[in-house]
Amino acid sequence: MIKMSKALRTHILNSLDKGMRLDGRKADEIRDIKIEFDVTKNAEGSAKVTWGETEVIAGVKMGLESPYPDSPEDGNLMVNAELLPLSNPEFETGPPGIQAIEMARVIDRGIRESKSIDTKKLCLKAGEKVWSVMVDILPINDAGNLLDVGSVAAIAAIKNAKFPEVSKDFEVDYKTKSKTGIPMKQEPIEVTVYKIGEHLIVDPTIDEMKVYDARLTVAYIANGDIVAMQKAGEEAITIDVIGKMVELAHTTSEKIRAKLG
Amino acid sequence: MAFTKRPDGRKFEDLRKMEAKVGVIKRADGSAWFKIGDTEAYAAVYGPRELYPRFMQNPQKGILRCHYNMMPFSGSGDRIRPGGNRRSKEISFVTMNALLPVLDLSKFSNAVVDVFIEFPQTDAGSRCAGITAAAMALADAGIPMKDLIAAVAVGRVDDKVVADLCYDEEAYEDGPVADIPLAMLPASGKMSLLQMDGEIGKEQLMQALELGKKVMKEIHVLQTKALKEKYK
Repeated sequence: MIKMSKALRTHILNSLDKGMRLDGRKADEIRDIKIEFDVTKNAEGSAKVTWGETEVIAGVKMGLESPYPDSPEDGNLMVNAELLPLSNPEFETGPPGIQAIEMARVIDRGIRESKSIDTKKLCLKAGEKVWSVMVDILPINDAGNLLDVGSVAAIAAIKNAKFPEVSKDFEVDYKTKSKTGIPMKQEPIEVTVYKIGEHLIVDPTIDEMKVYDARLTVAYIANGDIVAMQKAGEEAITIDVIGKMVELAHTTSEKIRAKLG
Repeated sequence: MAFTKRPDGRKFEDLRKMEAKVGVIKRADGSAWFKIGDTEAYAAVYGPRELYPRFMQNPQKGILRCHYNMMPFSGSGDRIRPGGNRRSKEISFVTMNALLPVLDLSKFSNAVVDVFIEFPQTDAGSRCAGITAAAMALADAGIPMKDLIAAVAVGRVDDKVVADLCYDEEAYEDGPVADIPLAMLPASGKMSLLQMDGEIGKEQLMQALELGKKVMKEIHVLQTKALKEKYK
């Protein structure tokens, strides 16, 4: 396995030296993105993102809960990712592993830190009833770049969501959706830049994700501000490289934002 | 009020509208998508591949593992907590038993064939939709099979024998209901899944089973069509 990935790495690097990736893309080129809404009717909101051959479904469920005592007027947001063994032969059944947890938390931070959801507007009665917004991200086919695809799917599903009707005594009627959506102030876009040798690429394939040295996820809001970041990978990176990665993440996020509409 | 008309306007012996596609998950060795009414299933097959933990390996033949899972947002009402529960474990087990009779795993010593079934949306009949999708995925993966497996629930609502119950029918409150999930080997008409919840007399049970046999042939026609479609 190690020998194989060494050969793969050499192959990918040689190709990148010539300005080309194995699937014919340029280093900064992303695959085609298609977003469908309302893909499952029992969720309050849902979206399916087809990004190259990667396919991810995100769904939003809402529930009425008691607020946390220290924030009686704030609703809750929860983001969860399940790396389904259906989508990738290397994923295993069982409780979420570190990859799923990291993915969910990084996407969660982008949404939370951008204050894209006004949690005060999720409050029905202070100290008693607030909405809990639960976003689940599930890959159908993993052909690379799950984190970025998942973040777009999550935002699209939240945008698509409508509150269910609620009676005066706070009974939720899940069968009837209201016309009110979740008020969103921002749409954070997360882009992960991968460093392989001296090259920086975005939107990696499965093979490219096996051989990278470092990666940096950057979440951008529309005005170009950064709201969350996460570095991973074995290699430490210089400030100079970080600058380039942040820049590449920004131009890529603008391309994705245009698709999200 | 007597049950004279189905909530979605179908005839009592009608299936809901079906769609099937094979080869929908590129990374899988075999895959299929099956939709019946508002119930939607994906199935992916990985393997035969080496089986871990090792103590489960069987040198005589390969084993089949099935995993049934509803996505957290797939059901009406509250979110379903991910990670499986007693219900999903049991359904995974009966799914495996429903599929095994047509599989020949004798050439795959120490190996496993994994079947993953996921539901983005459900409206009753999910285990049967899952089995129907899984059979197509297994065929797509090239696993040696004697036959396909088609599955559907039949039953009774009040005094009527019906095929392919939807959720509102399962939850009918003004009279007795029986829900009978079935899976069948279409060539022989033998059943590989038979469960029952509710209340039904012997005569109606036999009627329901005959109806099941008839409508599962329709499902089988769609399965073969979807499989051929992929290799056109």
